[in-house]
Amino acid sequence: MSDIPGSAKPAIAHGMRLQWEPAQEAHVLLYPEGMVRLNSSAGAILSRCDGVRTLADIVTDLERTYSIAGLTGDVTAFVALALDKHWLELRQ
Amino acid sequence: MSSATPVGHGLAAPNAAVGMSQPPRSASAPGPPLWLLLELTYRCPLHCVFCYNPTDFANTGQELGTGDWIRVLRQARALGAVQLGLSGGEPLAREDLEPIVAQAHTLGFYINLITSGIGMTEARIRALKAAGLDHIQLSFQDSTRELNDFLSSTRTFELKSQVAGLIRQHGYPMVLNVVLHRLNIDHVGEILEMAEAMGAQYVELANTQYYGWAWLNREHLLPSRAQLERAEAATRRFRERVGNRMQIYFVVPDYFETRPKACMSGLGSVFLAVAPDGTALPCHAARMLPGLQLPNVRDSDIRAIWYDSPAFNRFRGEAWMKEPCRSCPERARDFGGCRCQAYLLTGDADNADPVCDLSPYHHRVTEAVARAEQTAAAATGGVREQALVFRDHRISIAVVPGDPVRRR
Repeated sequence: MSDIPGSAKPAIAHGMRLQWEPAQEAHVLLYPEGMVRLNSSAGAILSRCDGVRTLADIVTDLERTYSIAGLTGDVTAFVALALDKHWLELRQ
Repeated sequence: MSSATPVGHGLAAPNAAVGMSQPPRSASAPGPPLWLLLELTYRCPLHCVFCYNPTDFANTGQELGTGDWIRVLRQARALGAVQLGLSGGEPLAREDLEPIVAQAHTLGFYINLITSGIGMTEARIRALKAAGLDHIQLSFQDSTRELNDFLSSTRTFELKSQVAGLIRQHGYPMVLNVVLHRLNIDHVGEILEMAEAMGAQYVELANTQYYGWAWLNREHLLPSRAQLERAEAATRRFRERVGNRMQIYFVVPDYFETRPKACMSGLGSVFLAVAPDGTALPCHAARMLPGLQLPNVRDSDIRAIWYDSPAFNRFRGEAWMKEPCRSCPERARDFGGCRCQAYLLTGDADNADPVCDLSPYHHRVTEAVARAEQTAAAATGGVREQALVFRDHRISIAVVPGDPVRRR
């Protein structure tokens, strides 16, 4: 399920909230009566999913920030997983 | 969770460690109280026979003031609390709900209002939205008097529909909670259709948990196994027809299980509730547990309550456990089940939850189910041995504080 186009604009799904939690030293996704604690990579990706930037922009930003190339596959796979779990939705 | 696989300079494979975090669980180093529930008031316009509120609620002390609640929010948030439930009673009965929500939002809580919808107006939902309320869970309160209205007549339906409409108009997901019991479980199909007509996205069909008023009425509320199976079949059929459009959670009554629920992920693990009078509770029903010196937020701060109070440490770790839990390989999964249920059914809160078929008291659960089957059959024949007890202020006044009416 990694056929999401680079032009897609992922955003945190309606009713969910992403925030940094100092007590857990992690980004967490909050939803009714639940919470997902994200590891640093998942947090780095989701915190860039603002519904404005495209998937391609996000990959470029991550590759620049962490000085590594070839992240398209990993990032796209994670975005697909997050869409499947209704953490993310795609904006036009 | 498994550690992440590094891909490069500090960017780990994101899939590896995503998931629900299990906070560290040991007596010596408990994690923070991630989930805070404020029961803002015991006042409620309804009289539900299945209410989990203590039967002696009318004898508890004065409600906390706005400033007290805000202090609790600040202290809990500083410890790392992040999920906030606002319930009661009916939280809309508090006129200061909006400033409490606003403060919670500023502090960074994710805020869920758990309400019957009674008291919700256009003006209030607008104010709550502006204050930063994240989510509303609307529940059906059918006492039996209303239950008849509920499916046949329309007063309840109209009221709930209006509130459901407000919830949708203000951009909230439509989340319904329906408490199931013997008197309405046969209507699950109709309840789901009504939920669909209201535009619900999530429906929780929660079978009654037997504490408080529900415990008093257990013999009338516990469904029969046949009813339960019919309700599950109706839910399945509805799911097949509606698909993903509506998500349904069907919570099986644990009396029909052979292993207990992992209640609160263990007491003192992630959950902290504060009752209207400021009593801090490791679970909603913990007031009933004898010998538990429950701290009060008027006297202690949340840090001291959570980390240092004997009540919150009482059931941490495994040292308190008795057999069969003590040597059971499943103890780390279910933590011995529910302490309140252990107390109500066996008289000792340290026993295994008798829902577990390894408990020497398991027969008390199966006997209750068998009795319910008989009562159900008798009720069909027009015989009602004992009247339902509606949650009522006057009845509650008569209950001796700290001595909930017990029934074996």
